[in-house]
Amino acid sequence: MEALSPTMEEGRLVRWLKPEGASVANGDTLAEVETDKAIMELVARGDGVLRRQLVAEGATAPIGTLLGVIAAPNEDIAALVGGVAPVSASAAPNAPSPAPATATAVAPEAPAPMVVTTSEGDRVRSSPLARRLAAERGLDLHAIAGSGPNGRIVKRDLDTTVAPATPAAPVVAVPVTAGADYTDIALTQIRRTIARRLAESIGPVPTFYLTAELDVERLSEMRKAMAELGDDYKVSVNDIVLKATATALAQHPEVNAHWLGDRIRQFARVHLGVAVAIDEGLITPVVFDADKKRLRDIAREVRELATRAKARKLKPEEYTGSTFSVSNLGMFGIDQFTAIINPPEAGILAIGAVEAKPVVVGEAVVVRRRMRVTMSCDHRVIDGATGAKFLATLRRLIENPLLLVY
Amino acid sequence: MALITYRDALNQALREEMQRDDRVFLMGEEVAVYQGAYKVSKGLLQEFGEMRVVDTPITELGFAGVGVGSAMVGLRPIVEFMTWNFALLALDQVVNAAAKMLYMSGGQYNIPIVFRGPNGAALQLAAQHSQAWESWLAHIPGLKVVVPGTPADAKGLLKSAIRDDNPVIVLEGEMLYNTRGEVPDGEHVVPIGVADLKREGDHATIVTSGKMVLVAMQAADALAKEDIRVDVVDLRTVRPMDVAAIAASVKKTNRAVVLEEGWELAGIGAQVVDYIQRECFDDLDAPVLRVHQADTPMPYAKNLERAAKPDAAKTIAAVKRVMYRGN
Repeated sequence: MEALSPTMEEGRLVRWLKPEGASVANGDTLAEVETDKAIMELVARGDGVLRRQLVAEGATAPIGTLLGVIAAPNEDIAALVGGVAPVSASAAPNAPSPAPATATAVAPEAPAPMVVTTSEGDRVRSSPLARRLAAERGLDLHAIAGSGPNGRIVKRDLDTTVAPATPAAPVVAVPVTAGADYTDIALTQIRRTIARRLAESIGPVPTFYLTAELDVERLSEMRKAMAELGDDYKVSVNDIVLKATATALAQHPEVNAHWLGDRIRQFARVHLGVAVAIDEGLITPVVFDADKKRLRDIAREVRELATRAKARKLKPEEYTGSTFSVSNLGMFGIDQFTAIINPPEAGILAIGAVEAKPVVVGEAVVVRRRMRVTMSCDHRVIDGATGAKFLATLRRLIENPLLLVY
Repeated sequence: MALITYRDALNQALREEMQRDDRVFLMGEEVAVYQGAYKVSKGLLQEFGEMRVVDTPITELGFAGVGVGSAMVGLRPIVEFMTWNFALLALDQVVNAAAKMLYMSGGQYNIPIVFRGPNGAALQLAAQHSQAWESWLAHIPGLKVVVPGTPADAKGLLKSAIRDDNPVIVLEGEMLYNTRGEVPDGEHVVPIGVADLKREGDHATIVTSGKMVLVAMQAADALAKEDIRVDVVDLRTVRPMDVAAIAASVKKTNRAVVLEEGWELAGIGAQVVDYIQRECFDDLDAPVLRVHQADTPMPYAKNLERAAKPDAAKTIAAVKRVMYRGN
């Protein structure tokens, strides 16, 4: 039972359109399935003979249930159907087993997809190198013909594939799937092409940079005012920047995203990687759910993580899982710099030093404290305008820090 | 550079190290008066006398044990086995005494000993005298195992073996003694544990060692005529193994064939394949293939022996398979 709608959890098999024993080809409509939204067509994912229908018309089955078997005419399918009790619309008569085989009785421990035993199925045989290269180049292995044994896709097959083949029939799109904390976005043809072309042009991560100079006068005043309340209220510029970045990311999931080769994963939660210089190099501990944390909590957590990072006491789970990162060299007097993206993250923000400088406000030149931020963007995920909008939100938050408590 | 035989290269290494350190002495069957069964010790008795070039009875276990004992009290013995096939009798001393003494004495006794001699098959010596023991010996913690395939490596590795403070196994080749190669003049030492890229190519990697280096080079020459360029990684030492050199080559070529003289099961090649799958998984474009001796005792009949041995033709076929050429 395929997920034919994003929210579907089970489907009712309305009717079979192919009888047992019928030859089917990839893309043929096998059956009609009623989802939570509509009656949809269930299509074959491979060529062969519909050897068995395992779910009766009218029966309801959860996603992942084995509905039937497509195989070669003489192929032994006993192992596939052996452990599966047939699903009937009502309790099966004369069922010898003590548990009547009802629709709800079928709950496989692991979701089993529609099983296709020919090599035409969703499983694509490919060498590890071919998989890695395809991911790097944004190629869809489904669209490539393998020249190795059993149709295995090997490196040379990728070398002859310039662009993803235009499918005669619609290619099985990567479905939009959602977990609790993220949404996977299927790649459109244009997004696929952008990804491939840009990666060819500039390397594995096609990066571009956006720089903005932010006015931090109010931010500095706020910090000063907080410090005057006592040591408990001292926060760094970086702490406020982190809070603002996390808040902005929560509003821009298109930036709070990972590039996964065949799809883009946008995160609903904001886990902010904070680059910390240590003697051996660099490590990026993570402030989880940074957008939901109070400034005070972020300040304390970052201080604590940095201390332990320098002592090399961080646990792996404390420096993995970030959705976006921030690197700050302002304290070293760096005005502006570009940071390297930490794949598969789609962006990183490089924070420069706060510096008093003359700026034009209205018609007058006045001295204002300013700070330059530079965002490195993976162009496969973030377009120029997307990044600019995110920076606009960030500017609004940094220049009006009271919004952070709003 | 002098063009000399593998035999003379070993002889030079022995002579130079005996001149360099008077604790070094040679012991074995026929090494002194007869000048060595394969003339590796030619002239050494005359130069160093019978206290340092010692003929033994046909008692492999006995003289291996004398060697271990002398190493415990400060000498640096070189024990020659007429062939490693005979050394099976001495393995108790090699494995249970030499390899474990430092460990079991809590660090009190280093055993700076070299066990050396020809290993593997020659021509029609039949099943008992045609065996390659690399994987047996490399299996033992406490031993180092070097497998020189060229005169230069034979000289350089034997010198390193003699200078090493631990037991080192030197596996030579009867069929190699007469081969010639360039050996650098003057002091020439090859470090233990460092592989050598004997030939450079970008299409596939052949990992090999010892006598099979020559086979790999023949295969590489033939493949070059079909525009297939291979890296030949000569391990030179099979314990410890130069994993970095293997990985560097496979990451470049994405394909590997492991060629060894011995049998398949638990052979040296199995270990090489394990390193490759661990270090290079995402770089592999094809399964790693192995070329090795057929899984039988070595036949005596000439045609059957030829069929059982790994050779250039089998290596070429394997390289083509990992490149998805032909079948």
